[in-house]
Amino acid sequence: MPLDVYLNVAVGGLLTGLVYGLMALGLSVIFGVVRVVNFAHGEMMTIAMYLAITLFSVLGLDPLVMLVPIAAVLFVFGYALQAKLINSFITRPEHSQFLLLVAIAIILVNGLLIIYGPDARNVQTSYSFDSFEIGRLIIDANKLYAAFAALVVTALLFAFFRFTATGTAIRACADNHTGALVVGLDVKKLYALTFALGSACVGAAGVMLLMIFDVTPALGPAYTLLAFVIVITGGLGSMPGALLGGVLIGMTEALAGLLFQPSMKSMFTFAILVLVLLIRPQGIMGRRA
Amino acid sequence: MIGRILRDVPRRTLVLLACFFAVLAAVPFIAGDYVLTILILILYFAYTGQAWNILMGFTGYLSLGHALFTGLGAYSAASLFVHFGVAPWLGLLAAIPIAMAVAGLMGFLAFRFRVSGVYFAILTIAFAEFARIGFDHFAWVSGSSGLFLPVAQYAHNDLWRLRGNPMMFYYIILVATALAFLISYLLLRSRTGYFWLAIREDEQAARATGIDTFRYKMMAVMISAGMTSFGGVFYAFYYNNLFPEQVFHIARSIEIILAPMVGGIGTLFGPIVGAFVLETASEGLRVILEAFGIDVPGIKQVFWGFVLLAIVIALPEGVWPWIARRLGLKERGP
Repeated sequence: MPLDVYLNVAVGGLLTGLVYGLMALGLSVIFGVVRVVNFAHGEMMTIAMYLAITLFSVLGLDPLVMLVPIAAVLFVFGYALQAKLINSFITRPEHSQFLLLVAIAIILVNGLLIIYGPDARNVQTSYSFDSFEIGRLIIDANKLYAAFAALVVTALLFAFFRFTATGTAIRACADNHTGALVVGLDVKKLYALTFALGSACVGAAGVMLLMIFDVTPALGPAYTLLAFVIVITGGLGSMPGALLGGVLIGMTEALAGLLFQPSMKSMFTFAILVLVLLIRPQGIMGRRA
Repeated sequence: MIGRILRDVPRRTLVLLACFFAVLAAVPFIAGDYVLTILILILYFAYTGQAWNILMGFTGYLSLGHALFTGLGAYSAASLFVHFGVAPWLGLLAAIPIAMAVAGLMGFLAFRFRVSGVYFAILTIAFAEFARIGFDHFAWVSGSSGLFLPVAQYAHNDLWRLRGNPMMFYYIILVATALAFLISYLLLRSRTGYFWLAIREDEQAARATGIDTFRYKMMAVMISAGMTSFGGVFYAFYYNNLFPEQVFHIARSIEIILAPMVGGIGTLFGPIVGAFVLETASEGLRVILEAFGIDVPGIKQVFWGFVLLAIVIALPEGVWPWIARRLGLKERGP
């Protein structure tokens, strides 16, 4: 195969990987602060994807515009979930939290199945089949826009955590839970806000991913897994790590699909996961606990 | 051994257990095939849940990939049967060591590198997913097109080759569940069992008191996997078809852990009680939905999700500890 093919596939994987990174970022932020593993992460993303499909078929909105309202809906959903349910599970053992989120995931997947049926859906925008040519490199317009939007959302999130008082307060909760309580932070509210932000991230990622892939309700668990693999590869709780992990996994999937069989691509992502867990269990960018 | 059980276990518990298994043993004479197939399912989940409980409930390591071990058991025994006509009971001699070897590898990697908590859970998922995709491309077992066991109408039950009617399968899984219960009990009351509990409660403290935690964690994961693999062999010969996409799917792993989680993790009765609660709720729901003529795919699972949600919110330690307190049978120890 000529080198161009590899290059094109690698760049496609990189762009998809940035969107994966945003999805995983949501999981990472939630785990890093709330210390709860969101086992319904992929399911929440499929909700965003189906919301996008509904908005697209009813109002004909462009996915890049829908990004904002759908992220807002997921924000509210995440806030309510943390404030009403998960906050009371913070001190419970891990497996109890896990069971709670599995129950939520089951409800979400099958709720979508009832409403939308099992068939694969997607959106066709006016630029669905456009591409840019840079020399011998051909880039899908869809993927480029999606990756760009992912970068913008990520940058906003970074800025929020770095430069705002609330962002700093949330980081304080993550660093030292007791300390945060002592200085009078409303930790439960900040947890809810964090979960809401993580949900908004995955919502935005879902809308963008819809520009690249079809969606079925059954994809929820698969995306949950993918988000885990990315976050652990990059480092749980590390924001740059999630992005890096996303790119790494995106490119691995793309190249493995090209070199072997597309159906075997996730074997390689799991192989990477196992390697990372064994060699550097805290992840590429993670700090040792 | 029997003397010790009689001495250690409260009389009320023993009587209750005897009645329970006696009723279950009598069921085929009263009930039809419909009830029997549901009971087979319940006992299957009670059995696999009991096996999973050894790792999570006793040792504190959460496995979300136990479908790997049922799958390996199912495929080992079924492929030997299909290719060489090896009877499943002999196939078990391959299935159990294979599952234990893979569990040993997984455990070795995880425990050597001190992988624990959420990371351990993800590692088990990764192994199961790896196997799922690997078996999809494993031509000897027909890959993704599925492995089928010859189904024929047998005039009589062939216990040696596991070909027969639901009643035979029912008694097999009933005996297996009773044995798994007994094994779990004996393990829990043994020196090893106490070491496991020490590891579960505080691994560092356990190591400080001189327990070879690596060795006992390896034992837990391998015993659990070996027991689980029999569940897989049973599954293969009961359902007669195997697809990697179904057998190794994460949904199977989650099914396995639901019964003990709902029933009460780390308790001996938890997996059995949980399996009964979940399957009864699920069947009851099906009957109600049918009565109202509602036939929407997914609606059953949504209700089921809410049941789970209610249980996890209202009875966080599981259903069994709650029942046990009501009956005055507080399980001693864990």
